[in-house]
Amino acid sequence: MKTDELLALMNEPACAHNAKSKSGCAKPQPGATQGGCCFDGARNALLPIADAAHIVHGPIGCAGSSWDNRGTRSSGADLFRVGMTTDLSDMDVIMGRGEKRLFKAVRQAVETYHPAGVFIYNTCVPALQGDDIETVAKAAAERFGVPVVPVDCAGFYGNKNLGNRIGGEAVYKHVIGTREPDPVPASAQRPGIVTHDINLIGEWNVGGEFWAVAPLFDELGLRILCTFSGDSRFREVQTMHRAEANMVVCSKAMIQVARKLQEDYGTPFIEGSFYGIADTSRAFRDIAGMLNDPDLTARTEAMIAREEAKVEAALAPLKPRLAGKRVLIFTGGYKSWSIVSAMQDLGMEVVATGTEKSTEEDKARIIELMGPDAKMISDNDQIALLQTFRECRGDILIAGDRYIYPTLKSRIPFLDIDHVRRIGYAGYDGMIELAGNLVHVAHSPVWKKVQTRTEAQRQAA
Amino acid sequence: MAEILHPTKALAVNPLKTSQPIGASLAFLGLANSMPLEHGARGCTSFNKLFFMRHFHDPIALQTTAMDHVIAVMGADGNVVEALATICTRNRPSVIGLITTGLSEMQGADIQRTVAMFRTRFPGYDDVAVIPVATTDTIGCLESGFARAVEAIITTLVPPTPSIIRHRRRVNVLASAMLTPGDVEAIKSVVNAFGLTAIVLPDIADSLDGHLIEEGFSTLTYGGTPPASIAEMGQSAATLVIGPSMYKAADLLHARTGLPDYRVASLIGLDGSDAFCRALSEIAGCAVPPIIERQRSQLQDAMVDCQFQLGGARVAIAADADLLCALTGFFTDMGADVVGAVAAGRAAHLVDLPIASVVVGDLEDLEFLAREGRADMIVTNSHGAEIARRQQTALLRAGFPIYDSFGAHTVTRAGYAGTRQLLFETANLLAGHYQEIRPYRSRYWQGTPREDEVTC
Repeated sequence: MKTDELLALMNEPACAHNAKSKSGCAKPQPGATQGGCCFDGARNALLPIADAAHIVHGPIGCAGSSWDNRGTRSSGADLFRVGMTTDLSDMDVIMGRGEKRLFKAVRQAVETYHPAGVFIYNTCVPALQGDDIETVAKAAAERFGVPVVPVDCAGFYGNKNLGNRIGGEAVYKHVIGTREPDPVPASAQRPGIVTHDINLIGEWNVGGEFWAVAPLFDELGLRILCTFSGDSRFREVQTMHRAEANMVVCSKAMIQVARKLQEDYGTPFIEGSFYGIADTSRAFRDIAGMLNDPDLTARTEAMIAREEAKVEAALAPLKPRLAGKRVLIFTGGYKSWSIVSAMQDLGMEVVATGTEKSTEEDKARIIELMGPDAKMISDNDQIALLQTFRECRGDILIAGDRYIYPTLKSRIPFLDIDHVRRIGYAGYDGMIELAGNLVHVAHSPVWKKVQTRTEAQRQAA
Repeated sequence: MAEILHPTKALAVNPLKTSQPIGASLAFLGLANSMPLEHGARGCTSFNKLFFMRHFHDPIALQTTAMDHVIAVMGADGNVVEALATICTRNRPSVIGLITTGLSEMQGADIQRTVAMFRTRFPGYDDVAVIPVATTDTIGCLESGFARAVEAIITTLVPPTPSIIRHRRRVNVLASAMLTPGDVEAIKSVVNAFGLTAIVLPDIADSLDGHLIEEGFSTLTYGGTPPASIAEMGQSAATLVIGPSMYKAADLLHARTGLPDYRVASLIGLDGSDAFCRALSEIAGCAVPPIIERQRSQLQDAMVDCQFQLGGARVAIAADADLLCALTGFFTDMGADVVGAVAAGRAAHLVDLPIASVVVGDLEDLEFLAREGRADMIVTNSHGAEIARRQQTALLRAGFPIYDSFGAHTVTRAGYAGTRQLLFETANLLAGHYQEIRPYRSRYWQGTPREDEVTC
């Protein structure tokens, strides 16, 4: 990818902090850093497109330890779970056979698995080699009659966030707008209810959690043209340009897709989250608000009232067991504030939150939620995190998967909210699940037992 | 004598292979106070760390030189020196494994020279052993990367000339990547049963067995072979080598120490375990201890009990070469029919397998062989779960990664006792999977009509 293209991706007019310099994030310090790369981010963004072939163009290091490691779920097609890589060898690199191999790889994928589309992910070694994946994709698409989308996301271009954007950009350039939506089937029509078409951008359906929310969209007569990209199909992504409104779910990671849809097709968008009662309700309200349909607004309010009453009733026995518990949240991006809201709904006290991958606007929301004294942790050092937890006298730590074992080794109650989990926490039902799991974690008898020492340990201490 | 087949596919589908840097990192995770440092982009390490965390359910010490695209072109020596210095300052390790990746190898990184640069610039960290190892991911697999790291550890830490000091009751053990922490623990207790102690290289049983420590979280390994012990390997009585991938490391160690070595390809099964005990018996100058004799006869009893269940069972196996050979030997010894064998990478000893052919390939190849061979059971890592579901076979989890069950690190299949457990596990899986004959009812049936029959 050329430098000016990378800079263009860092220039996001829809971000409030865009006026700042475009240096990108601080350079990671060799020997004291962690976190994924561009390829990781781009593939995460697009992998949930379930009926596509996802080919990783690179040596085995990129796909070998990471294929089929996501918690994202599909309601049917499962081609996305098949790991595919060109597995470049020494000879491929030395002799410059990468492009040829990639072309043949697309053929093999198409002939064996008949995908609805093919995504090609570029990685560091072929990028350094100078493989022209765009041309290979074009030639392969013409030759095999299947859309082939080049995603130039070599890991060394930058971090996961940039990768998300590169993924969104590739889809915007090559997929969105290439098909018109099907008409609403008569069987799905209901008298007196106008069907509105919308998109969700940045909802990954981790652990199938969106299925806890999706029935409510159906009930309101909101047809989701595409959940970009959880449980989505290639043909759905193609129609995203026809939505009447968009909701950006995962913070800023793919906001440029919404912004471009607004610029090119006039589609309004909102940002929101399905974590927590307040946020879920606000998301539905805001979507209805964009559609100028008084009847929809009335039905939305009725649905919100019903669901909130239901979830409040289910949470009533759990809340006293969580009230006043001090929780430290350490996650990236949008979850840094959306989970804060969810915890506050439960009457818990959020003592600090991480802002590792958060944008300026994410941080502004945190301050809005937690007040101006909100303790934000940007350092992604595990020792520092555990130290902060102790200083804040926390009761539970909520974080992504990288922190599970350091935390558990420290005998600290921990709840995992990363993308590889199998448990869904979204929507009203997800809140009940989340509260139940928090109760189990906070009140597990194990924490006391593992503090006990043997005689020998006592003497050593 | 097996024929080695190399499918000419452009696309690897459902890869079996994982990279050499992962294997090298695993070897360094078996050293005490150690930090593996992968010289590549941040993503390489992020993936690998998660890979190990999900397998071992433990924090994993792993760092990166964080190459970006500018550095990849302009030179990354600065990053390597900075990373080494940063780790020395922040983590105070005893040893750092400097591991190259496909990216740094393609760039042409000269890590030996870079380590020399680091030594000149930071003489204060001379007590930290830095062990460079070249492990591009464009060749080899986890197992070969692991072996290369062990070779590099020996080259760096074991003095090049034989020692005059000799500890008669101590042995060295070179332990291949196929061994789990549970296996290594079992090996150590067998060695101890002969009145001997062992320096195991690398000792993942001490670091990755999963145990809580008083201090809670550590950024370095939780145990492992101390570098000082490695330097003293030349003072042991002999070396035991487990797994053909370790034979080159054994040659290196032999050249440096002059010690006799005893090599066994596998400890799964009677023959390998017998050879291992014979060697220990010879070194210790004593008979096989009664407790081990007892385990041997327990295994023989289990073999008799399980022979019917395993005899004729159709099994397809995919793993790195050492483990593939060990498991193929185990199943053929029990009279099972190995209908498919897939190795993640090439290895000279694959030709010795007692089957017609071995494919160097991926899990798509395994699935094909399992289907064609009407396998009852497949043996591979957790990615095999989907294949087992599609092909309706039982699944025995083995190798890396195992992310869908707890306790993968404790699974012990080495030695008489371990083999016995493996036998029972396998027999149970096959029995659980056994399809009984479907009921047939004659057209002349005179009993109760089917719809009126009471079923619960």
